[in-house]
Amino acid sequence: MSDAPGFPGADDISVRRASRAAVAETSEGAQELATRTTTPPAELRREVGAVLRIPEGGVVDAGDVDVERPTDETMIINMGPQHPSTHGVLRLMLELDGETVLRTKPVIGYLHTGMEKTAEELTYVQGATNVTRMDYLSPLTNELVFSLATEALLGVDIPPRATWIRMLFAELQRVSSHLMWMATNGMDLGSTSMMIYGFREREMVLAFFEKTSGLRMNHDYIRPGGVAADLPDGWEDDVEVICDTVLRRTYEYDELLTGQPIFRERMEGVGNISAQEAIALSVTGPILRSTGVAWDLRRAMPYLEYAQLDFDIIVGTYGDNFDRYAIRLNEIRESIKLVRQIVERMPPGDYRVQDRKVTPPPRARIDESMEALIHHFKIFTEGFRVPEGEVYVAIESPRGEIGCYLVSDGTSKPYRLHIRGPSFVNLQAVPTLMRGGLIADAVAVISSVDPVMGEVDR
Amino acid sequence: MTDPAPRAAAEHAAAGSSPPEVPRAQGRWTSEIGFPPRDRYHELVESYKASGFEQLSDLTAVDYLTHPGRTLPAGVEPGRFEVVANLLSLSSSRRVRVRVQVPEDDAVVDTLWDLYPGAEAMEREVFDLFGIRFLGHPDLTRILMPEDWEGHPLRKDYGVGRVPVQFKEAPGPR
Repeated sequence: MSDAPGFPGADDISVRRASRAAVAETSEGAQELATRTTTPPAELRREVGAVLRIPEGGVVDAGDVDVERPTDETMIINMGPQHPSTHGVLRLMLELDGETVLRTKPVIGYLHTGMEKTAEELTYVQGATNVTRMDYLSPLTNELVFSLATEALLGVDIPPRATWIRMLFAELQRVSSHLMWMATNGMDLGSTSMMIYGFREREMVLAFFEKTSGLRMNHDYIRPGGVAADLPDGWEDDVEVICDTVLRRTYEYDELLTGQPIFRERMEGVGNISAQEAIALSVTGPILRSTGVAWDLRRAMPYLEYAQLDFDIIVGTYGDNFDRYAIRLNEIRESIKLVRQIVERMPPGDYRVQDRKVTPPPRARIDESMEALIHHFKIFTEGFRVPEGEVYVAIESPRGEIGCYLVSDGTSKPYRLHIRGPSFVNLQAVPTLMRGGLIADAVAVISSVDPVMGEVDR
Repeated sequence: MTDPAPRAAAEHAAAGSSPPEVPRAQGRWTSEIGFPPRDRYHELVESYKASGFEQLSDLTAVDYLTHPGRTLPAGVEPGRFEVVANLLSLSSSRRVRVRVQVPEDDAVVDTLWDLYPGAEAMEREVFDLFGIRFLGHPDLTRILMPEDWEGHPLRKDYGVGRVPVQFKEAPGPR
C-alpha cells in the first residue's frame, strides 16, 4: 500500500500497523482466489472450466489453460461480503481482464453459526426451531424436510389433514419466496418499483402465516407429527384473496419487466449454463430447469400428496438469466393453481397425529389426567425417542432440492443432522455462470442463483 | 428406459455392496445402500454412475465416536467416521446411498470430484468440519470456518458452547 501524499496520518506508524493487522485478521488465506502462478494446476483448470469437459467424454486439454498468462494483464478484485447486492454476506473474488470475468471464486462462511452442531444438542421437538432459521426465506420448507425425516425414522403416519395443510403452506411459501426473489432481482437490476411491489405481495402471504402460526418467519409450524395449530376460521377466504391478488399482480409484473427492452437486454443471454454442466455440478431447482431439464421432485419423486394434484413444471431453453426469471414468475402461477386445488380438497380431521408419545396432549387434558401430565412433561423435557437408523429425505424447495440426512442412535436427540442446502450447492454454478461475462452483469448473475446465505453457511 | 437396478446390484455385489440388514426408514424414503470397503469406494460410485446415477445429490460425513455399536451389515468393519454420498438418477427417479467407513488414524478417502464436479464444495465442507481428507481433491481448504481455526467442529470430541467468540474484547467463556 503506497503512502498517498497529504493523507493525514499516512506517516503515522501506528496507523499503518493497525491497518496491516486488520488486513491479516480478515484474510481467508487459501480460501481466497489466488493468482494464476500460485494456483495448483488442477485447481486452475477447474476454475477456468476445463474440468467440466470430462463428463462430456473429452479429456482435459492442459494446453487450453493459459497458466502462464501474465498477471499484469489481469486483475483480481474482491466483491463483498458487505455489498448491497450479494444477498447477505456472500463474498466473490473475480479475476478480470478489462471488464470480462475470467475466474470467479465464492468465499463463504461469514454466516456460519454451527447449526448442524446445535441440532445435535436439541431434541426432535426443539429441532424444528433450529432448522427453520437456515433458509430464512422459505422456513416452512426446512421444517417440512426435518419433520418428514423424523417421521420416516419414527414410522408414524400423519393424518391426511396435516399432510394437506403442509402442502398448502409449502406452496404459499414458494409463492412468497419467489415474490421475494422478484423483488430483490428487480432491485439488483435497478427496477426499484419491482422491489416495492414484490415486498408488498409477499407481506400478504406472511400475514396469513402470522395469523396461523403466530409468526411471519421462522414459524416452527410444521413439526414432527403434524402441524402446530389448525387453520384459523375463515382461512379459505384469506387464501382466496392471496391467490386472486398475487395472480393478478403477476400480470402487472409482466408489463413492468417481462416486455421491457432494457430488462430483457440485461437478462437474455447472460449467465448461461448447459444442462450437462448443471447436472455435473449437482445444481437443482430453477437453475437446472432453466437448461430444459424437467426435474422437479414434486413430480419425479412425489412426496406428501403431490401425485394427486395437477400442475406443470416450467422449463427454460437457454439456461440464461431470463429463463430463470420466467421460470420463477410462472412457478408463482403454478403454485397458486396448486393452492386452489388444495383449498378445494382440504380434508377434515386431525391436524396432528394422536400418538401421545409424539404429540403433547391438549392443554385441557392435563388438568384431569395424570397420564396426560406425564406425557406432556416427558415430551417437553426429555423429548420422544426415535428408533436407531438413518434416512435421507429430499423435497423441492423454491431453490432446489433440500435434503435432510438424519442419523438417530435411539435417543431423543439427533445423532447427526445434515441439511443439504440447495443454495450451498447451487453457488458452485456461479463461476460457470460468470465465466466470460461482463463485470456489470455479476450482480444480475448472483441474483438469478437466488442464494440464501443462512442456508449456505448454516 | 430400462431399470438399472438389477444389473447394478449384480455388479455391486463384487464391489462390496451387500443387501443391508441395518435399521432403515420404511416406505417412501427407503433406498438401496452400498457399503464398500474404503479402497473400492471410488470404484463402486463409478459403477453406479455408469448405471445411470448422473448426479451427486449430497455428500456428508458422520462421526460415530460416541455411537460405536451401530448396526452394520456383516463383513463391514466399523470406522470412527463414515462418509455418506447420496446419488440421484434423474433418468429413472431413483436414489442410492454409499456409506464408506473411514478409520480415525488415517482419515483419508478418495475424492468423487473427478466423477462429479459438484462434489467440490461438499468435500471441502466435510474436510472443514470433520477433518477427513479427500485424495485428489483440487482445492482442499476450509470453506465455512475461518482459515486459522483450530479443530474440526462437527467431530464428537469437539466441545460445544464453551468456545470464546473471535471478536475482540468479548467476555471470556463462562
